[in-house]
Amino acid sequence: MSEPTQSVTRPPTPSSLSSRSDRWFEIIILALASIIVLVFLLSIYLLGTESWPALQRFGLEFFTQRTWNPVEGVFGALAMITGTLLTSLVALAISVPLAIASALFVAEYAPRWLANPVGYLIELLAAVPSVVYGLWALFVIAPVLSRWEQGYFQSPDKLELYTSCKNLWDSGSTTLQCFFVPSSFDGRGLALAIIILTVMILPYTASVARDVIRLVPQEQREAMYALGATKWEVISRAILPYARAGIMGGVILALGRALGETLAVAMVIGDSQDIIKSLFGGASTMASVIANQFGDAQESLHRSSVVTLGLTLFFLSVIVNYVARLIIGRLTPKGIQ
Amino acid sequence: MTTSVHTAAPAGRTLSPARRMQNMLMGGLILLATLLVVAPLILIFVYLIREGLGAINADFFTKVPAPEGETGGGLANAIVGSVQMLAMASVIGVLVGVSGGIFLSEYPRHPLMPTIRMISDVLAGIPAIVMGLVVYSMIVLQFGFSGFAGALALGFLMMPIVVRTTEEVLKLVPLTVREAGLALGLPKWLVTLRIVLPAAAGGIVTGVMLALARVAGEAAPLLFTAFGNSAINMDASRPMSALPLEIFRGATSAYPENQRLAKAGALLLITLIFLTSLLARRASRRK
Repeated sequence: MSEPTQSVTRPPTPSSLSSRSDRWFEIIILALASIIVLVFLLSIYLLGTESWPALQRFGLEFFTQRTWNPVEGVFGALAMITGTLLTSLVALAISVPLAIASALFVAEYAPRWLANPVGYLIELLAAVPSVVYGLWALFVIAPVLSRWEQGYFQSPDKLELYTSCKNLWDSGSTTLQCFFVPSSFDGRGLALAIIILTVMILPYTASVARDVIRLVPQEQREAMYALGATKWEVISRAILPYARAGIMGGVILALGRALGETLAVAMVIGDSQDIIKSLFGGASTMASVIANQFGDAQESLHRSSVVTLGLTLFFLSVIVNYVARLIIGRLTPKGIQ
Repeated sequence: MTTSVHTAAPAGRTLSPARRMQNMLMGGLILLATLLVVAPLILIFVYLIREGLGAINADFFTKVPAPEGETGGGLANAIVGSVQMLAMASVIGVLVGVSGGIFLSEYPRHPLMPTIRMISDVLAGIPAIVMGLVVYSMIVLQFGFSGFAGALALGFLMMPIVVRTTEEVLKLVPLTVREAGLALGLPKWLVTLRIVLPAAAGGIVTGVMLALARVAGEAAPLLFTAFGNSAINMDASRPMSALPLEIFRGATSAYPENQRLAKAGALLLITLIFLTSLLARRASRRK
């Protein structure tokens, strides 16, 4: 205890006596660990071969074509790609300030007895299953939205606006004004999907932000306080700039979650494959189409097109997660890593 | 040298009113935002207790859902299915996950180490529904829907989570402990299995529990693999139900009775998940 152990060298090398059994152990461990790589490569192969017919038939137009029509056998994913990006990015824009604020509360404002339970509650948000979020959104938030939407049938001038927008939607276009007019009346739609996604991705940004804010050296804060700064000035000029890059990693991690979030979105988004025309109307995301259509897709081109959405989602999340890990990894001090 | 200057910050009255206002305003906003963030969790829990608790009785655990439009029934099929599939998924998740963690932590010089670590991290971010599609193409296309296929999808999802926590916990075991073992003449594999692994066992168990809690609520990867089954099924080669699957079907059903069961199922599921993560957190804090 009293003597500091100075003998810490690089990882020990196996002695020659036991090298054969060690060799076997290494092979077994490596083989089992390689299953991870195998699953990854197999995923690419299987998704690739399954989506090949659709990619061969439509080529790159699959991603730019706006018609998704199983009856006529025409599959273009533009509406779903737009839906995925729109829901994810808007949810991200709403959730990031809230997540950072709650991280600041836990790390900077709250006394210890409060910080721990609040931090724990925020982490529990990440543990709530997708279906449970979907159920809650469907039974609790949707009726509230629906009541507001049905208001459009009660006042004459709103009804007039709705009618003119309806004509516009039917001709396949929309305006900024009409974008905020409801096109469905059961509460389901793009807006509800964004609301529930916002709640679902909050904890990912919040917990990464909290961790990096706690890593900001105490001297940073003290230097600002010594200059006479208020608490908010310390936060905005010393803490947040220091933690900026790490928080960005958390934001991108949350983006990855949002892009692939499936059932909660599938339950509330109103499952329409038309190009998006209204914030309060049916839409779909790549993940929601997989959940809603793959089971019923009998015809092989339809099935292959749905798998192509899965392949797209696969590569999208690989890229997003890789970038997030890169950012977080670069920021983690070597000792902790 | 910097000492703690916190308390020596200038007294409030020397601040200009504008700065003091800004400081208070932002503090208030941060508090408000935190309340907003925590509110959904509490609202969801209260809602499920109010709507679902009434449906949790003996029938809930022993009967299968009543035919649509009829009253009564329970979610026994889903509970039994979930337990079976999670048990099978754990075998895959623990075997591959712990091995992967050992590899990353104990063989840092191995040329394959960076590749496996990167792929494991990336795999952790693959959407669960995509993993469902993968297992569908791998298993279901040939053998049909089965509890085994569902368990495989859940196991694949568990692997990267277990790898990560195992690696982190193993790295907490001091290098000197390994050296002590090696100095006694033990081969590396014995040191790893008999000294390092037992020392980290608590942390690994915590990691596995958290991974289980994560995948226990997943319905998306089960939609096209386990598929669901309205009867209690003990045969993993046939379609099998799971709690999140029944919640999904019930919540999107038009029948109030199915909706009621879904709410009760959701209450049971999040209670179990919360308890698991609470226990795991307790265990890791004690270390």
